[in-house]
Amino acid sequence: MPRLHFEEREMNLPEGATLIAALGPDFTTRTALDGRPRGPLCGMGECFECRVKIDGREVLACMTPAEDGMDVRRA
Amino acid sequence: MKPDVLIVGGGVVGAACARALAEAGVSVTLLEAAGLGGVATAAAMGHLVALDGCTAELELCRRGLQHWKELAANMSPTVGARLELEPCGTLWVASGEEEWALVAPRCEAYRAAGIEAELLDARALRGAEPCLSPRMAGAMRVPGDAVIYPPAGARLMADAAREAGACIQLDSPVAALESDGVRLANGSRLSAGAVVLAAGCASKTLLPSLPLVKRKGHLAITDRAPGFLHHQLVELGYLKSAHGSNGDSVAFNLQPRITGQVLLGSSRQLGDEEIDLRPALLARMIRRALDFVPDLAQLPVIRAWTGFRPTTPDKRPLIGPVPGRAGLFLATGHEGLGITTAPATAEILVSQILSHPCPMDTAPFSPARFPELAHA
Repeated sequence: MPRLHFEEREMNLPEGATLIAALGPDFTTRTALDGRPRGPLCGMGECFECRVKIDGREVLACMTPAEDGMDVRRA
Repeated sequence: MKPDVLIVGGGVVGAACARALAEAGVSVTLLEAAGLGGVATAAAMGHLVALDGCTAELELCRRGLQHWKELAANMSPTVGARLELEPCGTLWVASGEEEWALVAPRCEAYRAAGIEAELLDARALRGAEPCLSPRMAGAMRVPGDAVIYPPAGARLMADAAREAGACIQLDSPVAALESDGVRLANGSRLSAGAVVLAAGCASKTLLPSLPLVKRKGHLAITDRAPGFLHHQLVELGYLKSAHGSNGDSVAFNLQPRITGQVLLGSSRQLGDEEIDLRPALLARMIRRALDFVPDLAQLPVIRAWTGFRPTTPDKRPLIGPVPGRAGLFLATGHEGLGITTAPATAEILVSQILSHPCPMDTAPFSPARFPELAHA
């Protein structure tokens, strides 16, 4: 069961989960230029709306398996 | 009611023609196979750039830019925002002393054509665009150039055409050109006094004798990086890639988008008609950009795509009547300049269709320059 940090929260994710699972119920990854919230749409690596940062590097949350010790932040 | 003019193609060029003709009082119907601005227009970078492939081309660009700016100035702020007009100007960057020597004469040529242009030496260039490598020798700044979001440009042109009374028919693919009009894919026929073929690369399907090939290009866009880039950057040797050899080539072109994103081009390929990305060429394009802007390597690319430029053997567009085909006009073959020159193309066609004098030299764009077209 991977244990990781998402922003300031520490959480356990199910084995085999992608980082999408870390986003939690509000499901917001980004903010549009007009201030509206944006979040994952396709879940298959096409829309790029689920970008998050791991150690400063951008990855797609929907394509990245959760691993122990990751420090995940909104991009 | 029978329209005076049928336009085949709802890209930026067809939409601009519909607007200009409708505003000149002509009854117009535009037929678009799918949606507005969905093919070459959607794939394009969207630069409004004065390019000096020849004197006539520079003038076509100058007038095109002028039309776009007037259109933008007359729109309400909400509508105008959709165009994403970024009045960033262009820096034509000289990478070495040899290129730097070409900048002053080029600057003079632009000024002689009525286009504002100034010389920036290496020091001034670093001040104007700090992200450029300090090895650059200097640049020509063309402050009047700009960037827009091309599909929005096509839609706004079509909206203006509708407002002036034009009929815009989407999902209406044309199957064939006929002597007095067109036959649609659904079998119905439409007749008109004149037909304007403005279907980009697809124009060749309807008129196989067209000297037109698909020239593939790659583009990539980064995540938002506000303040990273202030001007459109183009390498001084860009024309060599655009108008020169027919082999695979890349030329550095970088644009700031109004979203803060950075749009990266360009590549040119003949003979590859698949939409697939070619990773080796994309990598070559990115490496070329890093020579000019090393810190670009820090920005994540979020998307890359390809598109096809409708290209003629002399890289100039086809604008005007087709010899031996009464009532058939062309507005295609704009290569990489269709967004900039669409409204000026429309201006030429209005003058030709209404037999008004045209203030531009149109001979370099005349379809009659290609004998194979005349003998079709």
